[in-house]
Amino acid sequence: MNGTGLVWIYRDYHRCSGCRRCEIACSVKHEGKIWPEASRVRVFMLVPGIEVPHLCAQCHDYPCVDACPSGALSASKETGAILVDKEKCIACGRCIDACPGKIPYIHPTGNYAVICDLCDGDPECVKVCSEGGWNALQLVKGSAGYNAKLYAKTPEEITRDLARVIYGEEIAEGI
Amino acid sequence: MRGYAGKLLEVDLSSGNIRETKIGEDILRQYIGGRGLASKILWDRLGNRWSEVDPLSSENILLMLTGPLTGFAPGGRICVSGKSPQSNGIVGSTVGGEFPIDLKCAGYDGIIFTGVSEKPVYLLIKDSDIELKDASHVWGKGAKETVLTLVREARKEFEDRYRGRGLLKEPSMLYIGPAGERLCRTAAVLAKWSHAAGYGGYGAVMGSKKLKAILAKGTGPLPEVHDMERTLEHINKIIKASLNAEFFRRWGTGSAGYSVGAELSSEPVMNWQEEWHDEKSFGVDKFEPFWVKKFWGDFGCATTCLKLAVINFGPFKGSITDNPDYENQAYLGPNLGVFKPEGNIYLTALIDELGFCGIQTGNLLSFTAELYQRGILTRDDLGGIELKWGDAKAFSDLLKMIVERRGIGDILAEGTYRAALKISEMKGVDATKYAVTCKGIAIGAHGIRSGRDYPHYVSYPCSVQGGDHTSVAYIPLNHGNSELTAILYDSGVVCWFNFFSQEAQEALWGLIEAVTGWKITPDEWFNVLSRRILNIQRAALLLGGPDLKWDPRIHDDVPRRWYEPLTKGPYSGKSVDKAKMLDNVKEYYGAVGWDERGIPRSDELKRLGLDDVDKELEKVRRELR
Repeated sequence: MNGTGLVWIYRDYHRCSGCRRCEIACSVKHEGKIWPEASRVRVFMLVPGIEVPHLCAQCHDYPCVDACPSGALSASKETGAILVDKEKCIACGRCIDACPGKIPYIHPTGNYAVICDLCDGDPECVKVCSEGGWNALQLVKGSAGYNAKLYAKTPEEITRDLARVIYGEEIAEGI
Repeated sequence: MRGYAGKLLEVDLSSGNIRETKIGEDILRQYIGGRGLASKILWDRLGNRWSEVDPLSSENILLMLTGPLTGFAPGGRICVSGKSPQSNGIVGSTVGGEFPIDLKCAGYDGIIFTGVSEKPVYLLIKDSDIELKDASHVWGKGAKETVLTLVREARKEFEDRYRGRGLLKEPSMLYIGPAGERLCRTAAVLAKWSHAAGYGGYGAVMGSKKLKAILAKGTGPLPEVHDMERTLEHINKIIKASLNAEFFRRWGTGSAGYSVGAELSSEPVMNWQEEWHDEKSFGVDKFEPFWVKKFWGDFGCATTCLKLAVINFGPFKGSITDNPDYENQAYLGPNLGVFKPEGNIYLTALIDELGFCGIQTGNLLSFTAELYQRGILTRDDLGGIELKWGDAKAFSDLLKMIVERRGIGDILAEGTYRAALKISEMKGVDATKYAVTCKGIAIGAHGIRSGRDYPHYVSYPCSVQGGDHTSVAYIPLNHGNSELTAILYDSGVVCWFNFFSQEAQEALWGLIEAVTGWKITPDEWFNVLSRRILNIQRAALLLGGPDLKWDPRIHDDVPRRWYEPLTKGPYSGKSVDKAKMLDNVKEYYGAVGWDERGIPRSDELKRLGLDDVDKELEKVRRELR
């Protein structure tokens, strides 16, 4: 731990360029490879032009931790991230069902759930996003409190809300 | 083999048979991928009967190929190829997006389509789980409905089939619009809303095969590389260089619709009757308010030069497109006498929606408008349309006639050059002098008369991709603007727009080695590897057929329009000098090892080990005697 304290990744979807450098940075850090479907942040594009970086929102009440039958999930006291113990995880998918945003997923080739660990408080995705000046992902110190859970939404919900504003209702309904 | 997934998918649309094909490492080392590998595959399979193969028949082969650098070099891109229904040669036509990334992550470097399907189909790929599916319900549909419908269906299917592992990201896709279905020769292969592989007319090839779309989801990693640490180092160098290009990042190519006219005097204005305009109503500052996304890019790109434009008010409400980028700005703007962003965004969005290439089709629209201006085509000929410069609605009406092949639309759907030949016959005039094309391919929106823009005299006449502004002939051959460099980008397959800087160009050689483990030096590339690809493309272009063939003595030339002097702006009076033109063409032939008739020399082809190409070219040598 590098002692950064509680942090939260603020997301501004309107600013996401869809470059997916966050996926590259995350998967290189965690998997040693460029692997978009094994990235802890995944950019969904249900409609072209509306790119949605989808990652753990760190709900105040951690429903995924409660739902885990094998004690594999825990909340880091240092950063507030959800930590997955790969050895204990049985890939049952209950954390996915419990998540209001269906954010966790089972690793494409492993038998464990994948959830953002905030890179111990210094997330790689945020670094590349700031470097490019997009700032769709920004690091905020402290706790987002109850508001955090509002961001635990499915890609469909987020995309519909954005599509209505950007493209109008017809396209929003077509998702 | 590093950087490659190691196999291609081969789909026979006639039988529905799907299998895997492997390409040997020696071939990949020589032809890399994308445009290079496409040339090799097409030549091996069709070379000995090239002139007889109709590009829109079941005999043609449609290729969609990535390269070893795809996914690693910033900005995902894939190369679409086949026998081109525009040039009758081979064009490597690239398009951005995440499709190539998904394809490689699914385990395939590319797809080879042969035959013709009986009914409309689309190909759905989820790793090695692959099937052809009925596309009747989206046949005839525009871009928006096609994308929304097929992505929605695929997501639902994946959700049912792979339940319990959480959400998969949506599959990425390539598709055609109605223009491709109706075999319009200016149809593109599309990605997202507005990304297009336009040059070559492969949307029509896809349409002739009744292939509406390909959707891919790969859940694996990108292929293993030779040296990951050095791969990342070189990627970062390229990214740093891109981040330094601040104006380009902010404006993309979307500032050029004004400046290529006002500053460089090299922009098509009313079918190239002029190349200069100083209309501040067409400034980038006037486009910016429409950009709902100011940085938009494809996989791994730090430049993100695209911008998402939406019109939410007025008569053009509902128009969605990118930027428009410079080519669409120019060709569907000043080239049509349209000098306001709204009209230009509207026409670009319509071009995307119907599945046309904005360059090829913009050229076709202005060609038609000039014939109307000169009284060669009348209002009656045009089904009642008064095709006046600047009238975006009139041009949109004409677009609909073309895509429906209604009235004169049926002739225009054959593209500018072929339409010019037909109209010349019909009207007893020479309409080809208003066709601003080279080898059946409309010239990109970069003129040469002022001498201020990057293309030179030989750029289009000697290019193996005709009017393609992204692949121009150039001396010196090892220059960043040379066609041999373009072949490297298109074979890599990488996005040219991340390689403008010296730093990035240098990093590219290191990236090739770090990814593949092959030490390819600039010397080997420019003197041997790229030459093989160039000569195969040149041979295919000269063999041509079946409907048109090119005689270099006539067709290795700029459009006749460019021998007319500019009459407006600071470069007024400038035109192409015929004697200098002929000299430059001869000089280029000499530099690339072509004889005085423009045919690749036997000794040069033998040096490159292309004896079979040499043998086929005997036909051309006899014909051009």
